[in-house]
Amino acid sequence: MKNDIGHEISPALAKKLGLQVHKKATVKDTATLAERLQKNGKLMDSLEDAIRAAGLKDGMTISFHHHFRDGDYVLNDVVKKISEMGYKDITVASSSLSNAHAPLVEYIKNGTVTALQSSGCRGKLADAISKCEVTLKQPVIFRSHGGRASAIANGSLHIDIAFLGVASCDALGNASGTNESGESMCGSLGYARVDARYADKVVLLTEKLAPYPNLPASIPATDVDYVVKVDAIGDSSKISSGATRYTKNPRDLMIAESAAKAIIASGYFKDGFSIQTGSGGAALAVTRFIEGEMSEKGITADFALGGITSQIVKLHEQGLVKKVLDVQGFDGEAARSIRDNPGHIEIDGNQYASPFNEGSAIHQLDVVILSALEIDTHFNVNVLTGSDGIIRGAIGGHPDTAECAALTVIVSPLIRGRIPCVVDKVGCLITEGSVCDMLVTDVGIAVNPRRPELADRLKAAGLTVKTIEQLRDEAYAVVGKPDDLKFGDKPVAVVTDPQGRALDVIYNVVQ
Amino acid sequence: MHEKQRLRRTMMFIPGNNPGMMRDAHIYGSDSLMFDLEDSVSMAEKDAARMLVYNALKTIDYGKTELVVRINPLDTPYGRADIEAMVCAGAHVLRMPKTETANDIIECEKVIAEMEKKHGIPVGTTLMMAAIEGALGVINAYAIATSSKRLIGIALGAEDFCANMKCQRTLSGAELQLARQTIVLAARAAGIDALDTVYSDVNNEEQLLYEARLIKDLGFDGKSVINPRQIAPVHSVFNPTEKDITKAKKIVAAIKEANAKGSGVISLNGKMVDKPVVLRAQRVIELAIVSGIITKEEVDAL
Repeated sequence: MKNDIGHEISPALAKKLGLQVHKKATVKDTATLAERLQKNGKLMDSLEDAIRAAGLKDGMTISFHHHFRDGDYVLNDVVKKISEMGYKDITVASSSLSNAHAPLVEYIKNGTVTALQSSGCRGKLADAISKCEVTLKQPVIFRSHGGRASAIANGSLHIDIAFLGVASCDALGNASGTNESGESMCGSLGYARVDARYADKVVLLTEKLAPYPNLPASIPATDVDYVVKVDAIGDSSKISSGATRYTKNPRDLMIAESAAKAIIASGYFKDGFSIQTGSGGAALAVTRFIEGEMSEKGITADFALGGITSQIVKLHEQGLVKKVLDVQGFDGEAARSIRDNPGHIEIDGNQYASPFNEGSAIHQLDVVILSALEIDTHFNVNVLTGSDGIIRGAIGGHPDTAECAALTVIVSPLIRGRIPCVVDKVGCLITEGSVCDMLVTDVGIAVNPRRPELADRLKAAGLTVKTIEQLRDEAYAVVGKPDDLKFGDKPVAVVTDPQGRALDVIYNVVQ
Repeated sequence: MHEKQRLRRTMMFIPGNNPGMMRDAHIYGSDSLMFDLEDSVSMAEKDAARMLVYNALKTIDYGKTELVVRINPLDTPYGRADIEAMVCAGAHVLRMPKTETANDIIECEKVIAEMEKKHGIPVGTTLMMAAIEGALGVINAYAIATSSKRLIGIALGAEDFCANMKCQRTLSGAELQLARQTIVLAARAAGIDALDTVYSDVNNEEQLLYEARLIKDLGFDGKSVINPRQIAPVHSVFNPTEKDITKAKKIVAAIKEANAKGSGVISLNGKMVDKPVVLRAQRVIELAIVSGIITKEEVDAL
């Protein structure tokens, strides 16, 4: 047979090679660049048009990123529009859910949203889930950041449409979390990049179109299907709040200082080391207390990883941290730095924390400092549910980094309010105790008995080392041993480990 | 009797109606904690605060921290009840606010003794300190300082003092100069501690350090603080320098040598060391141990 141009092609050969036969080119687009940017197949007039064009159907899974944390507008705006358009039975798979997402309660009640997958959940939405005030068709699936990225990559979390807010984007979808003006920047789009790469359809929402080509881009135009301009994507001033606050609390600072001393004494504080500070006032503040020791002893870190703060940026700009690997910005300074500093590099969720690939950054981590809502005498950590059993936190990268770092330091006050943080058994298992090497509290440090050499090094440095049972007893001596919580028989959420296996089940609380 | 002579570089104020601050206030390392039943507690909460502080003192293990309670004056409806509850709770020191005359202390002491007897506590167990917060109190400072054997120290309360003096707090501290010097003089003459007022802007560490250096130079033993963040800066001023410690170690070694020889005369490098120098050296060593700069073992090994 002949192709459209008249050249002979053997049908048998084409079939054998799995090739279709060439057809004549359609009419060529002769518009100029400026004209094309004005009008192209990707640029939508409204969010409604974008939702339609992306082919949303009842029962689909849509995804979002949480780079704006408490300042996110995109998730609420999109779900509101979807609800107005009459869609039902939608699964929302956001990289996390925060206090900002309380409006979801109404959209669950009206049937628009029937399932949730996330790293965490807080505020009114979390309350409503824990108290069974809303009904979902299945328990919420909670994944760690690394667990989510790999679940998306291996297809166990299939995203039909990703709706991603971006700080800058050209008319064809080359997008970034930063822009020249500095307005509505979230910095790294690390988690969003995974959604953009693997979702069937990708819709970007942006406040102002950037000139083409908006490169280098976090999300390349080739991963993007539709672009829509909206009034606002988020309030970047709310990124640094709550778990990512810059603490002045003397208790947090005291814990951070002890943790820094413990790290310095641990044997892992050496030239060329690597470090990550997780969210939480004390954890993030550890950086401030190792800075002096780094400059004094001429120790530099090869890289700092993870959620990135102004404090890490400062070390980088002083030359104390060579590279910053940023999956998520924790404040405006991190966003500015990722735009301006060539050594501050954006990585995606899989490069950050894929549990299945030895090349992901967590596998190269020496030290990680992580918070805990509760820790038990086996060093198991809970960062997801409160002492009342209600969901009020997020897994984040906790188990991912704890498993892989050579030294995993958990920081927590001994007591919060009237609540002991060191307990007999954690209410919800997030990170197993065998990978948590030490607990630093405001009244002393407990070292996991699996790491006796660490305890020796800390004692030699004059630090107060106690057993974790001692810490528990001290907590109980002040506030008493809490009564066991009463749960109902309805599983409201399932926690998975980084490899995607079921780790724990959260049941509804009984009032 | 509780320990009368001890290190009092910092005394941290804890409002008596704040359980969150009370439950583990000692972890920040201030030498003393002062639970307040007076000015930081409103009329409506006086009874509740008294109960709270009582229970905190009875239940919580504050380690080696000195426990002081600022009570309401005896001429209020709360003073007697405060004294009774705090004596029973085992407070180490009761701080008398707005002391103007020796008689104020004598009257309080009578009630303390009465309560100790009533509850089977050895009379004299509970110590006292007096806060001087007005012109009359400053004028009577020595009489106040010598009014009771229970007194561990006298303290300046600058806010009330300035109100009474019709002046403002200034950065230089000129308005407090005479009061501070009078108080430290009276305290030294009476052989008790002199304790300085609070500096209330917790965000201004520079001025806190200035005040701490000033009062240390004047001879004060320590300063009241209102926030854990103020403890380390004040301690940094009161902690001895490396030079002080080296010198003090030599003197302590000389003392040991003299003791070993059974000699009453202590000499260093062929010169006799005077008693005040010996005392100062011992104080430096004590401070250096408490502040973690040197260990007791190190001193024992000298």
